[in-house]
Amino acid sequence: MTESSSNKLLNGDACQRSSKDKKSGKNGFVKNHCLFQQPQKYRRLREKNHNVVRNPSLYNKPFVESFEETPLLVAVLTYMGYGILTIFGYLRDFMRHWNIEKCSVAREREAQKDFVPLYQDFENFYTRNLYTRIRDNWNRPLCGVPGSKMDLVEQVSYDYNRTFQNTGKIMRNVINMGSYNYLGFAENVGKCADAAIEVTKKYGAGICGTRCEMGNLDIHEEMEELVARFLGVESALTFGMGFATNSMNIPALTGKGCLILSDELNHASLVLGARLSGSTIRVFKHNNMVSLEKLLRDAIVHGQPRTHRPWKKLLIVVEGIYSMEGSIVRLPEVIALKKRYKAFLYLDEAHSIGALGPNGKGVVDYFGLDPKDVDIMMGTFTKSFGAAGGYIGGSAELIEYLRSHSHSAIYATSMPPPVAQQIITSMTTIMGEDGTTLGADRLRQLSENTTYFRRKLREMGFIIYGNDDSPVVPMMLYMPAKIGAFGREMLQRNIGTVVVGFPATPIIESRARFCVSASHTRETLNTALEAISEVGDLLHLKYSRYQPTVTPGMGWMSEESYLQD
Amino acid sequence: MAFRTPTENLAWLYFQYLLVTGLYVLEPWEKSIFNSVLLSVAAMAGYTSYVFVPVHLRLALRFFSDVFGGQAESAVALVS
Ligand SMILES: Cc1ncc(COP(=O)(O)O)c(C=O)c1O
Repeated sequence: MTESSSNKLLNGDACQRSSKDKKSGKNGFVKNHCLFQQPQKYRRLREKNHNVVRNPSLYNKPFVESFEETPLLVAVLTYMGYGILTIFGYLRDFMRHWNIEKCSVAREREAQKDFVPLYQDFENFYTRNLYTRIRDNWNRPLCGVPGSKMDLVEQVSYDYNRTFQNTGKIMRNVINMGSYNYLGFAENVGKCADAAIEVTKKYGAGICGTRCEMGNLDIHEEMEELVARFLGVESALTFGMGFATNSMNIPALTGKGCLILSDELNHASLVLGARLSGSTIRVFKHNNMVSLEKLLRDAIVHGQPRTHRPWKKLLIVVEGIYSMEGSIVRLPEVIALKKRYKAFLYLDEAHSIGALGPNGKGVVDYFGLDPKDVDIMMGTFTKSFGAAGGYIGGSAELIEYLRSHSHSAIYATSMPPPVAQQIITSMTTIMGEDGTTLGADRLRQLSENTTYFRRKLREMGFIIYGNDDSPVVPMMLYMPAKIGAFGREMLQRNIGTVVVGFPATPIIESRARFCVSASHTRETLNTALEAISEVGDLLHLKYSRYQPTVTPGMGWMSEESYLQD
Repeated sequence: MAFRTPTENLAWLYFQYLLVTGLYVLEPWEKSIFNSVLLSVAAMAGYTSYVFVPVHLRLALRFFSDVFGGQAESAVALVS
């Protein structure tokens, strides 16, 4: 809803020129030094734009990313479904208001009746009347390790998801397609677990002090050294929480008078950090380099609003893999733009570190670029490493500055030693420094699984978003009832999936998100795929109208790149 | 999907209807409200067309035959 209006604002003045400029817009924005090129309605033309490598000379491999357009009929039916649910939502709200029905959710207190209402906005309405109805798909208690298989606590609800009761039974060996366990390090046996146990015996469970005071252990220093070596940067700093790494370090880096250029689909932690910093924030369209360049140019030409002083710093904030779209950042182009316009680059590799690249070193490795070109390399240990926490890597100067200025470095308690050891062991395994090929095997397994899983789903006729190499695989469901139905049907077939709806995605683009892991064997994946296909037939989810064999064209290979000018 | 019996086929169609309209997530009494409203609207539309469409068709037919048929006749009369 808000999105379409902002689109209109962004595109408003450029619309008339659309047909004329579309051809030259592919690359012409640099050649004729013109702004407002390639005006486009983001959602509608997405399919075409994203399949095109605009500057192929920057890439060392084909960059294939697809976002198939929503079929019109499906979009209409989806809106209709939401319409019907909204009508019933209003009916239920009406009944609650007149006490025909008992209200089981938070509501205004009688004593505060005449105050500003707290539970009236759309989000609350949505939670009350739409989310609650299919709430059984989320927040499921789990017993045991969420590896490739997991055990779930069985729950039932006798009052349409208002409350849940445990039946006392456990659903065993549910195939886990939902965890960010890319390299399969979420284990409670094996080398990592043993090492963590040893370290717990040596250091204890944690030190209740900050890194600046009593909390600094040799194991932390060792870990930071290792992280820096792994990333190929001068120095690194680690934190006990990934979310706080973003939300507390961006404010340390930028402040008033700085401009943050942020991708529209950036993670909540990045958004929070950017807002806390007090800098001006401008949002560019997802992975759209034309939009980013336009914002950069505008920033340089016009400077700060009203005073027209130049911005103190320009910071581009992007993620490696976007966890909802499965897309990979166009890093070579971002770096080219960053160099051209002298901006800084903050890269959040939460999902890509360990999961991408021949050596598991994230997007930089994937594109074969120099890590020094990225000013701030951020990432988390929560996903691929099966641990917790986050890091920042970069030049020694930057890290020294952050060490003394970042809130999460100064005030947060240091990382528990067993977690640090888990990181050290899993990282050395990935790097092959433990003398085995276990890490390399896992990396290969992950990339094979990813390719296989994506190819199969596409062949079955599902609409799959994102890059072909991304282990995050979003599969479109669209209709609100299908979110609930898909989760439930899959769980009946003993497969745990993550379904995602409105606040995390645009309202009509509900999806199921599979995360492929190196711990999935071919049989596991085949079982899952069979079930997905079956449920897909049952729920009529095979929306795709594209032939699976057609690989999107590389028709612009011959066009010159903007690096050559 | 292969269906063996027509009942299965119907059940699948009803399931699709539930999914597309979003009724799948509603409680049974809400489902029945929606279905009854939809059915009564459809029934009324059906009944209305049953009652009025033949009348309208007859009127239209007469009108067009007046326009074309009648004119030709009078023209013939004039000429003769
Ligand atoms: C892009 C991104 N950044 C940061 C985080 C936060 O990491 P953590 O869960 O370790 O706090 C996440 C986690 O979901 C993420 O997806």
